Amino acid sequence: MREEVFLDNTKFDFLSDTKYRFMSQRGFGESQIIDMSKRKSEPEWMLQKRLESLKAFNVSNKPGFGVSTESLDLSRIISYLDPDSDKHRSWDDVPQEIRETFEKLGIPEAERKSLAGVGAQFDSEIVYQNIRKELEELGVVFLDMETAVRKYPELVKRFFMKAVPPTDHRFAALHGAVWSGGSFVYIPKGVKVPLPLQAYFRMNVESSGQFEHTLIIADEGSDLQFIEGCSAPRFNDLNLHVGMVEIFVLKDAKVRYSTIQNWSKNTYNLNTKRAIVEEGGTIEWISGSLGSMKTMLYPTSVLKGRGARAEHLGITYAGPGQHMDTGSKVLHLAPDTSSLVDVRSISAGGGWAFYRGFLDISPRAMNSRSSVQCTALMIDNESRADTVPIIQVMNDAAEVGHEARIGRLGEDETFYLMSRGLSESEAKAMIVRGFMEPVSRQLPVEYAVELNRLIDMEMESSIG
Amino acid sequence: MNLLEVKNLHVVLAEDNEEILKGLNLTIGKGELHAIMGPNGSGKSTLANVLMGNPKYKITGGTLKFMNKDISRLTADERARMGMFMSFQHPQEIPGIRLRSFLISASQSAGSRDPLLKMSKEIDKLSLELGLESELLDRHLNLGFSGGEKKKSEIVQMNFLKPRFAVLDEIDSGLDVDALKSIALSINGFRNPENSVLLITHYQRLLEYIEPDYVHVLIDGSIAVSGGKELAREVEGNGYEGIFGSLKGA
Repeated sequence: MREEVFLDNTKFDFLSDTKYRFMSQRGFGESQIIDMSKRKSEPEWMLQKRLESLKAFNVSNKPGFGVSTESLDLSRIISYLDPDSDKHRSWDDVPQEIRETFEKLGIPEAERKSLAGVGAQFDSEIVYQNIRKELEELGVVFLDMETAVRKYPELVKRFFMKAVPPTDHRFAALHGAVWSGGSFVYIPKGVKVPLPLQAYFRMNVESSGQFEHTLIIADEGSDLQFIEGCSAPRFNDLNLHVGMVEIFVLKDAKVRYSTIQNWSKNTYNLNTKRAIVEEGGTIEWISGSLGSMKTMLYPTSVLKGRGARAEHLGITYAGPGQHMDTGSKVLHLAPDTSSLVDVRSISAGGGWAFYRGFLDISPRAMNSRSSVQCTALMIDNESRADTVPIIQVMNDAAEVGHEARIGRLGEDETFYLMSRGLSESEAKAMIVRGFMEPVSRQLPVEYAVELNRLIDMEMESSIG
Repeated sequence: MNLLEVKNLHVVLAEDNEEILKGLNLTIGKGELHAIMGPNGSGKSTLANVLMGNPKYKITGGTLKFMNKDISRLTADERARMGMFMSFQHPQEIPGIRLRSFLISASQSAGSRDPLLKMSKEIDKLSLELGLESELLDRHLNLGFSGGEKKKSEIVQMNFLKPRFAVLDEIDSGLDVDALKSIALSINGFRNPENSVLLITHYQRLLEYIEPDYVHVLIDGSIAVSGGKELAREVEGNGYEGIFGSLKGA
């Protein structure tokens, strides 16, 4: 097995003693937004977008489904924290405390070994962003969003919040108002990026919010793998993460977006991810949702062009105190499109895993195919699992398969493995790992290792 | 020395408290092979599961000792680590687990520090001996295995884990003659003066290839009659009804 790049959960739980140049007042008002925009030296058009989003937010309603946001008091959240660091292309230039944080998380090492580029965000700002020279020479753009707003205003204007407009839902509006950090990626026509790009997001301050925006444009015939990781130390008060990912997969391009979400268990994770896929393009979402207190996340694929493809593979883990409302949405808008959804959830120690799925095959999507499978495994009697898959087929030349299963971890299987000498927690962890395997083997290897280790620890603590 | 000592054992199904074993006595010495025969529903599989510590069953009376130690409160893995093993009548099918890596983990749990490669080669060798296709070792555990392959996989596990005491629950059911012979051969190869085997079987067929030291007939939750290997033939000739009837008549 390869060296352990990623560390166990307790090792995510450390605080960095970092200086900040600026922290905004708590809450989300016009003055905070104008301040933030000024500090970022943004062009006027972006400030206007923020203020429009704020307007949409102020008239928006709560989602009316999913996790309860009752304990989430937005007036207590610090929306913008600017660490005392510029953006650097060399880790040596990143302030020591922040560099050490990312070193503990294994990021620079992973970059040297297996990545084409890394962006690292500390609270509200990117502190490090770099891409291998040879890719830059091919025209690959990998920048923090703020720099992209200044350097590529036309591309940003054309694509930013076009897959998910601020009026889409309450938290999309909030995101549009206070977004900060995140990555901008442009892959030119026909360029196949041989190694993944990675973005890592770290929160370090209690009661803070992180609102990074990731915008990926994969031009015709290009190929990209993007990995996103995140973590935070555990605080007593709430943290809020309202990120957004927009991916534009142009003709015959392919993007694989992998996420391991491991926020601390005081975090509200209300995230929006959406891809628009043109003719012959492919989007693959690989998601591991492990951390946070409450999550709402439904990666969405809009199959807009003929023959577009989507694959959604997901694992959700809901441990003690966690309510994970995750799922997938696939909209087939064109003929000959296809999608595959395989999402699995595990709930343990009183955790609640809720699968919410939506598959829409429109009248125009003749000869489209889709297979949706959602499976839930409950480890004990206290845990909960629900699945609500909605399937809407509007033409009669489509082929749709669907399977939903909810089961409890079997005593017979556990006894079988224990009779060979494995302890109860080892046996259960092995069964859970086996259950996740079809998805976890698609994750980058170090994330799969990390996922397995987290499951082992959760099984140990849930059996006690 | 007695390896296993079961005295006046009473067992109920935890779910509904139905009594299944009703005062069972059984003593197995080191190096011995015992066979337990009995009609369906007599409690044979329950006995195997209780010996191994299946939590679906509850002991309500009597004693259960292994190597002079009361094991009635030990979990299955603790019993396994003391050297007990059970082969299942219906081995579980578990997706995502591979026999090879599972056996290596089990062996490591039991304290083995052997190099992985050595263990892996040993598993290959044991499978080859039994005629179990090695590609099955890296497929999902028992998923899509034929009846015979499942039983062979159980015996490979036994040979790899090298228990002191193995309970084989209807290892002969669902096997064709060739598979039966190769499994019998393997069980004979496993026997040595240091370990013991309890064969649980419905039919006498297996005992044509394996010579037991003792044969017991289990009827309605207790041992009705014990004897030498000739008892098995008697059962085959007269049927359980005949034996049960003659006992009642006596």
